[in-house]
Order: sequence, then structure tokens, then C-alpha cells
Amino acid sequence: MPEIKVTPLGAGQDVGRSCILVSIGGKNIMLDCGMHMGYNDDRRFPDFSYITQNGRLTDFLDCVIISHFHLDHCGALPYMSEMVGYDGPIYMTHPTKAICPILLEDFRKITVDKKGETNFFTSQMIKDCMKKVVPLNLHQTVQVDDELELKAYYAGHVLGAAMVLIKVGSESVVYTGDYNMTPDRHLGAAWIDKCRPDILISESTYATTIRDSKRCRERDFLKKVHESIERGGKVLIPVFALGRAQELCILLETFWERMNLKAPIYFSTGLTEKANHYYKLFITWTNQKIRKTFVQRNMFEFKHIKAFDRSYADNPGPMVVFATPGMLHAGQSLQIFKKWAGNEKNMVIMPGYCVQGTIGHKILNGQRKLEMEGRSTLDVKLQVEYMSFSAHADAKGIMQLIRMAEPRNMLLVHGEALKMEFLKGKIEQEFNIDCYMPANGETITVSTNPSVPVDISLNLLKREMALGGPLPDPKKPRTMHGTLIMKENSMKLVSSEQALKELGLNEHQLRFTCRVQLQDPHSDLDTLHRIYTHLKSLLKGYTIQHVPDGTVMVESIVIKVSSSAEDPNNKVLLLSWSYQDEDLGSFLSSLLKKGLPSGLC
Amino acid sequence: MKLYCLSGHPTLPCNVLKFKSTTIMLDCALDTTSVLNYLPLPLVHSPRLSKLPGWISKDGTINLEKKELLDLSTIDVILISNYHCMMALPYITEHTGFTGTVYATEPTLQIGRYATAHLMQLSFYSSNPEMNNFYHNNMKVTLYTFMSAFRLMTNLNIMIKNQEVVGFFLELFGAVQISPLSSGYSLGSSNWIIQSHHEKVSYVSGSSLLTTHPQPMDQSSLKNSDVLILTGLTQMPTANPDGMLGEFCSNLAMTIRAGGNVLVPCYSSGVIYDLLECLYQFIDSANLGTTPFYFISPVANSSLEFSQIFAEWLCHNKQTKVYLPEPPFPHAELIQTNKLKHYPSIHGDFSSDFKQPCVVFTGHPSLRFGDVVHFMELWGKSNLNTIIFTEPDFSYLDALAPYQPLAMKCVYCPIDTRLNFHQVSKLLKEVQPLHVVCPDQYTQPPPSQSHRSDLMLELQPPPMPYRRCSVLNLPFRRCYERVYILPELANSLVPSELKPGVSVANVSAILHSKDNKHTLQVTAPAPPSKKRKRVVEEPPVGGAPKPLLSGAVPLEPFLATLQKHGITEVKVEETTDGHILHLQAEDTLIQLEEDGTHIVCDNNEPLRTTIRDLVLRFLQKL
Repeated sequence: MPEIKVTPLGAGQDVGRSCILVSIGGKNIMLDCGMHMGYNDDRRFPDFSYITQNGRLTDFLDCVIISHFHLDHCGALPYMSEMVGYDGPIYMTHPTKAICPILLEDFRKITVDKKGETNFFTSQMIKDCMKKVVPLNLHQTVQVDDELELKAYYAGHVLGAAMVLIKVGSESVVYTGDYNMTPDRHLGAAWIDKCRPDILISESTYATTIRDSKRCRERDFLKKVHESIERGGKVLIPVFALGRAQELCILLETFWERMNLKAPIYFSTGLTEKANHYYKLFITWTNQKIRKTFVQRNMFEFKHIKAFDRSYADNPGPMVVFATPGMLHAGQSLQIFKKWAGNEKNMVIMPGYCVQGTIGHKILNGQRKLEMEGRSTLDVKLQVEYMSFSAHADAKGIMQLIRMAEPRNMLLVHGEALKMEFLKGKIEQEFNIDCYMPANGETITVSTNPSVPVDISLNLLKREMALGGPLPDPKKPRTMHGTLIMKENSMKLVSSEQALKELGLNEHQLRFTCRVQLQDPHSDLDTLHRIYTHLKSLLKGYTIQHVPDGTVMVESIVIKVSSSAEDPNNKVLLLSWSYQDEDLGSFLSSLLKKGLPSGLC
Repeated sequence: MKLYCLSGHPTLPCNVLKFKSTTIMLDCALDTTSVLNYLPLPLVHSPRLSKLPGWISKDGTINLEKKELLDLSTIDVILISNYHCMMALPYITEHTGFTGTVYATEPTLQIGRYATAHLMQLSFYSSNPEMNNFYHNNMKVTLYTFMSAFRLMTNLNIMIKNQEVVGFFLELFGAVQISPLSSGYSLGSSNWIIQSHHEKVSYVSGSSLLTTHPQPMDQSSLKNSDVLILTGLTQMPTANPDGMLGEFCSNLAMTIRAGGNVLVPCYSSGVIYDLLECLYQFIDSANLGTTPFYFISPVANSSLEFSQIFAEWLCHNKQTKVYLPEPPFPHAELIQTNKLKHYPSIHGDFSSDFKQPCVVFTGHPSLRFGDVVHFMELWGKSNLNTIIFTEPDFSYLDALAPYQPLAMKCVYCPIDTRLNFHQVSKLLKEVQPLHVVCPDQYTQPPPSQSHRSDLMLELQPPPMPYRRCSVLNLPFRRCYERVYILPELANSLVPSELKPGVSVANVSAILHSKDNKHTLQVTAPAPPSKKRKRVVEEPPVGGAPKPLLSGAVPLEPFLATLQKHGITEVKVEETTDGHILHLQAEDTLIQLEEDGTHIVCDNNEPLRTTIRDLVLRFLQKL
């Protein structure tokens, strides 16, 4: 029986370095190729030696799919393709293709230039890697080869995020990447059709959370920012350049406009302007409202939000600063954080998930003393707030997606083991399907039971449909008969007659003739008529004919009567039937041997 | 399979395909050439124009009045290939009881929405009763229809929001799949493939192989078509678009240098993007840096903005620009540097900004309505000015007729990037469809150049021509349909090999047909009969019919088999067609022939069945 195998190399019962291997119908696919923010050593990247010990991966993978541009989903891509070695196709959407190399370059700069690491991928490697990318359009069916096809769906998580349907023959897997089931200020909600995949591989970051309404969270966020500004504090919002940042910018921009606030809002430079530009050019990937109004007013042209300069951090007075990266693990956001951490008037708002090991994660867990590089410690006095703005589906959203796609099996990745366990229970209970949550390196095997596609001759089908009436009758199922011809790669179901013709075979007629002696004191003609009446009363639902030339036909069985010369009462019945009427013929011959009932006229 | 042809205009097609019990309308274009029958609508009353005698012309052909051809309310879906071919959509959706869905790529839809709205706004510009007549009588499209066009287009947008991308597969009623292919003609323009598992119809409409801004044409997906419906070839088979573009630039520069103005009557999207791109490169080298370029159209802004956001539908070069990120079209820079200015109309800002000499792009290309009429009145009298026609849809002489005598220079450089006959023959050679269907006009040289036998389609087998109101029976026999054998049944099948590589298996199964999807399931075991005892008395019911037999029974091995089963006394008699075996002890005859076996056996049912089974051993069952 065919099987689908799924092995996470990363993101198995964990968040970070998403990398999932799928084997389906003889094809091997890598889903995402991310890095882990919480590690600075080898564990940063997925362990590709699982695939092969000796070198290049090209021979072992049919394609690589990147769901969106976040580094925990694409951060290891140049390492995998250029340093380990992979020359096959890499699929991602247009916005991902546009933005991903910029984030990779940024990541490279921080790691190599600032931290001084060597043995890391180079700018050229990023470029070479991106040359292997094949862009995907939404809902477009892409043939990777003759058998393997992909189709992308809108995932809503960040600009260009996609869920992917992977199909080989009638087996299929859906990988969601990260997704969001509720539309936000700049993106729409994830959507998929009822594709009934064999396995749905879903993220489960917020497996146990059911979030309150977006509006409440937004109000909370604005209230906190506003309060802090009022008392003269500085607000730091660590974000990733693309994604939440734009949503929060739109939010603050409209709030500032409405409240007529004067405190400056800055956005750390570099990526930002570029980022907004991407949003403008890929406006078709944003939500309905933005798309509809963009000609009149482009939501990504901000009036109140200015570019940030490093020196501004020391300016007196209140301000709001968006700075990258979002988990406070490096870069500008960390620098500003260090500057502002000592003042309790200030505030840091973490608008998204923080991976274990990052400073973001530590302060969210209430740690107030941080060990910094060079043995120094940092006292955290500023207010720390967490606002779940990261656009992941919550438990309700995940259930909603399952209802949409109707998978046969469920597989959870990109979440914490305990929370997954809980969600797994809920899914199994509610949908009555198997739910898996493999750890990294653990393989899940799901056997599929595909139906076999066959070409049926239209004559046969139409004949059958005409006989069966317009609607199938569940109480009286009709059995259809035909011959399946298997030739090379084709399978054709045709009527037996057509099969003979197609195969160039002669039909072989098998006939049986049987004489039955009968005592019946009547003329031959009368005897025949008596037989006719007898059979007519006995055989309901058969065509019985009394043919003028002196025969009775039951279906295609011929019955003739003759009397012997010596004894006119001794009749000889001649039954003749073909093999196709064997059952009936055999029945008739034994029936007639018993003689005719006397009551017949 | 039938094709109903509702339009006789080769570049403004409207056909309806009936295929596997679905009814699909292919494009829904409105022939606006009859607008030339009317006088221009000036901004202010023009005594000269109003004194002209009514312009009587050849009879205007109308697309959509041939209702009797088929009931338009039975149409299931409408496929739109590009935004030129959707202007009659409001008529269908509002007046025919159409309840189906319209499919188009997103750019086609967005731009088409504005183009239709544009036509509507232009025609109401001076709310001239004559113009209303034009729609009312000539096109059977009422005022109301066009007023509601915009609203409708908004609805359409919602209807197709999840199926708008080039390359998607869409299933109609489980019976056929449709998918758009890039056609390379305009932003988001597409050809369509309509196929089932065994049949494939390609609809080619307005395609281009030239490298302009749209995504290149997808040719390979057209391969293996049973029928290829070909419409929308170039209207200017003898004009080379590149040459025309060069001529356009040089005439423009010449006029400006001489201190004159240039008027370019054009549509608000399409070729104008290429014109602007060409000018972008040309302006500096021609020292036109200070000349203002005006684009006046109620939808100018939308058109320019929308062109920048559909990177997926652009050619590779433009796509890579978006990755930088930079706007894909250079008109963004022209606007930024104030070289190009756009206005919704000549009222308002434009009148204060207006500086001469200048270049004005405005519509409508028929010169009958829209702001272009005003500029004709304004500039027509000076021979310094030039009007340059670039749109190929209207005869420029007819368009200019009411303005004669005209002092302004007139240049005709029609730019039509659609396939020419040479390109299309090459394409068809490549994709090799079994049958080609095309408008009648393509099967003979154009009437004005009847000696140019190169300006027609010559194919083997010859294409099937259609005229307006033709109904074609497409030469197409469907023989097979896809059915799925469920795993349980598949496992129970016993294939036997007939010859190397060919196996057969008898299938007895229950056919389930739902939503045009067919599956075969195992037959349910018959419920145990309660009247078991009487079973002998009952005639046999149902059961699998006996298979057909094939092959022959060889004499010697058969005799040997008989012997093995204790039948030894066999007298063999040779006949003309075979042998007769006389089983003497049992008084039974077996007649063996090449194509038949006859068993004559009385009163010995067990023997008969034994012989039957022995005979069956030598035969193949189908």
C-alpha cells in the first residue's frame, strides 16, 4: 500500500528552523529551510546530514518549497543550496522571492560583520541561491515534473505567505507554513478549498490560545503606547521589518491622526522604506480594503512615521520607535533596548512570539537581570508588555482550517510539545482523524489508499447510466460489468464486446444442446403452448416469446418440440443455449425434466 | 460539441461553446465601430458640426442581438481573455437572465472594469440624446445597463476573488477544467484551455509574441488540442509595430520642435504603457525634456497605478524590477519628475496647468466623444499641430471625416501587437491542433489586398471558418470518460495476461455517479435469502453475467484432459470446420470448431458441467 512519510528536521515539537521532509509517491520534497534564532552554533541550521552523509542534496530532493520570508522558514536556504549543495528548483511566491534575499543579506551582515563569524554563507551565495527560485502564483498549478504538482494558497501571515498543496497522482499533502485565519489591518485571512489532503501539516504556535478579538488587542496596545507617551516615556517596539511592523504602523498612524498627537514615531532605517515599497508594489497580496482604496490613498505612505537615526535614541522627551529585529536578539532593537532599559518610565512592547534563548523570551518570562556579552549585567527596569500581534492562527483558527480542507490525517509542527499534545487531543476528538506530532528526526508514516483512475468507454458508461436512471438508487444498486484492459500505461474499462474488438480477438461461441423426454398427450403445437404458459407463469421478469415458426424463446434460449415416430405422446424437447445463458439454460433443462403440471391448458 | 458564433468581428469575438453539457461563453466583446456613424459630441455647441448632414454609413453590425441562436440564460460561465473583449458583459449579466459566473484574470478584471466605466463616462459626457440612441438602438444596451456596469463589475470582482490568477485550474461541474494561459498581448490577457480528461479545446484570442510589457505567451500548453479556436489576429497585418513606434516618436519630435502640439487619441490602458515607455527613453535624446505630456482620462490615474501592481503578469525584466523594489513601468518616474501629468478631464486643474506646445493622450480613439473632440476643435485649424493615430480599431479616415477640412497634420501609425499570419502559421505548426476554427475573414486575403495570399490562413486540414450566427458542429467524438476504481475493488480484481504487456480483468461493480464524477465500488454481498429452501425452484436472478469467450479449443490437449477426467471412449471425426467428438459411453457429442464449441448432452447434467468447465479451461474470458 502506498505511503507518505513526513520527517521534520526542524520545527518538530519546536518553533524555529522549520524544515520538514515529505516523501510522497516516490518524490522527496523539503518544506521550508529555516534557521533557529535561539542558537548561535550548529544547531542554528537543520541537520541536513539526515538526508545524506556525503555531500550534495540534489539527487535526494525533487524540490524545495519556502512558505514565507521569515528567517525561521528560509534562513538556512543559502547554506543548504550553496554550502551543502542543492541545484534543483526552489519554489516561493513573488513577494517572498523579492523580500527573502534582503532579509538573508541582513542576517548575514549581523552574523558575519558584527559577530565576526566565519564559515557562513556570502552575499554571492545568496544571489546564486535565489537564481534557483521559481516563482509561484496563487492558485496556479505548477508541474514540478510529470507527476509532482504544487498549488499555492493565500496564508495571510505576512506579505506573500502561502500554504502549498503537494500532489502526486491522487495522493496529496498540504503544508500551511505560518498562517492567520483572521484578516488584519493589512492582510487578508488564509483560505483553502476542500482539497481533502491525505495529510495536513499545520503550524501550531498558538495551539492552546484562543485570542480575544483583534479590536480589543488593538485598543490595549494604543492605550499602553498613549499612557507611556503621556508620562514622557519612550516606547520601543521590536519588530521584524516586514509584517507586523506595517500593521502596527497603520494602527499608530491612524491613531496619531485622530488624536492629533505630536510625539515622533520612528522606524529604524534601512529596510523600512524598502519594506513599505514592497507593500505598495505587491498590493494585490494585501487585504480587500487596502486594494480597493490604494489608487486614492496608499496605506503604506505614512505621514507621521519618520526614519530613525541612531542619535535620536538619546533625544529627550517621548517617542515611539519601531526597531528590528523582533526578538531583541541582535541589531538595533537590542542597542536601543540597552539604552532605555534602565528607566522605568520607558516601555518595551513585544508584539510577537519570541524564541527560547532570545532576550525577548527572557524578559517576557519576567527576568529582570540580563547577562550580556562580556560578563556585564543589565538591569531591566522599563515596563515590559506582551501583545500577541503575530499573525498565527489560534486554536480556533487551526480547527477552522481543518474544517475547510478536510484532511484524512493531521500533523502538527512549529509549536511547543505540551501545547501540541493538548491540541492533538482536541483534533482527534472533534474530527475523528489521526493527529501526529513528530519530534525532529522522527518519521511519521501514513499509508494512503488511493483509488485507481481508469478510462471508461463512453458507450458503456452511458448505457449504464441510462439503465440506472438519473440518480443512483441506494436500495437497488445496479451492478455494472465490463472488461478492464491494461496496456502499457493505459487502463481502459470497456464492454466485453468492445474488449474483444479492441484486442483483435475472435469470439468463441460455446453452445449447449439438451434433449428432454416428456410424456404429454397433446399435439406438438399444444405441448409447445403448454410449455410457454408454464414458463410464463413461473419465470417473472424474463422475456418469453412464442415464435410462430414453432419455437419458444426464453431470453435467447431456444426450445423446440418434436414427437417420436413410435409414440406420439412421447415428446422430445430440444433446448439450446449459449454459455452466456448457462444459468438459465441449466435451470430450464432440469425444470422441464420434471414434466409439465397437469393443470395447464 | 457545438460552437455558436455570436460575433462576426474577428478581433471582437463572442462565441459560445457547448462541451460536455456545459455552456461556456468565450469572450463578450462589443463592436463599437458603428460609433463612427454618428457626429462628434463637442464640449460646447458647435454650429459647424451641427450643420453637417447626418453621416450615413455602411450598416453597423451589432453583436448581440441574435438571441434566437441560443438562450443566453443557459450560459454557465463566461471566460474573458482580455479587457477589450468584455464591454458587452453588462448586457449579458443584466438582460439575459444569466446566472452563471464570469472568469477573468485579476488585471483583466480591474482594467476592464475601468475601461468599461470609461466608455460609459465618455459617452455621457455631454448627455447628448443622440449618444443615448447609439446605445439604445444600435447596441440594444440600455442606458441603465451602462450605468450599472460599474456596480456590476464590483460584484464580479467579489464573485471571482479566489479564482483570479493566471495558471489556476478550475473545475466546472466536475465535468470540464478551465485554465487561463498567458497570451502576451496585454496586462493579464489570457488564452483559455477547456479540457476534460480526454478532450482539449484551446481558445486563442488576442495573443502576441512580441516582447512588450506583459508576460510572454504560453505556447507549449496549447499542444495536443483537439480543437483550437483562433480569434483576435492583428488588424494591421502589414504594419510592423516596431516601425510604427519609431515613426510615432519621430513625428512627435518633429511637431514639437516646430512649435506644434501632438494629439494622440488612445485608450486609457494597453499600448499607452508601451508608448510612455518608449517616450521615456526617447525624451532626453530628442531634447523633449521640457515638453509637457498630458494624459487625460477619467481613469488615467487608476490605469497608471494599476499597471504597477501586477508584477506577476509582467515580462521577466519588469518582474525583476519589482524585486529591487522599483516600479515596473518607467511612467512612475515620468510622473515623479513631472514630465507626465495626468488629469481626469480637461476641467479643473488641467486648464490652469495647460502649457503649449505639448503632447496630449486622450480618448476616445473614434474621435466621436471624450476630450479628444475638444482638442480636435482646438488644434485642427493649425498645420503646426499633428494628430497621431496609434489604435487600430477605427479607420482614421472615417474618424476624421466630420472634421474636414483639416489643417493639422495627420499621421497614421497603428500599433497592433497581436499575432500576424506568419506568426500564427508557425505557432500552429508547432502546437499541431487536430482542427482549427477561425473567423471566415482569416480564410481569404483581405478584400483590399486580394492578391496577398500570404495574408490568410492556409492549413492542412483547412480551418473551419465561422461567420456571425454560424453554428458549427465541431468534429469531435468523445469516446472515454474518467472513472475511479475504489481501492477495495481494485484489490479484488484478478488480471490475466493475454499477451506480453496486455492484461485484462473482468470488472463487476457498482457505478456511482455524483457531480459528474464516477466511481466504481465493490458490489454489496447479496443479503441472505430467507426463502433458502425454495431456492432450487427459483429461476436464477441477477448474478454476474457470463463473460465472453475467446480463443479456440485445441483437439489433442483437450482429448488428453478428457482422458484425465475419466472420459476415454472418444471417437473423433473430422469435419470441414473442425472435429466432432463422440463420447460413446455417455452418448454425448462435442463439436469443436475454430470459433465455437457445441456440447450436445442429454440427461446428464453433471457430465455436461464437467465438459463445460474443461472447455472453459482452454478459452480466454473477457
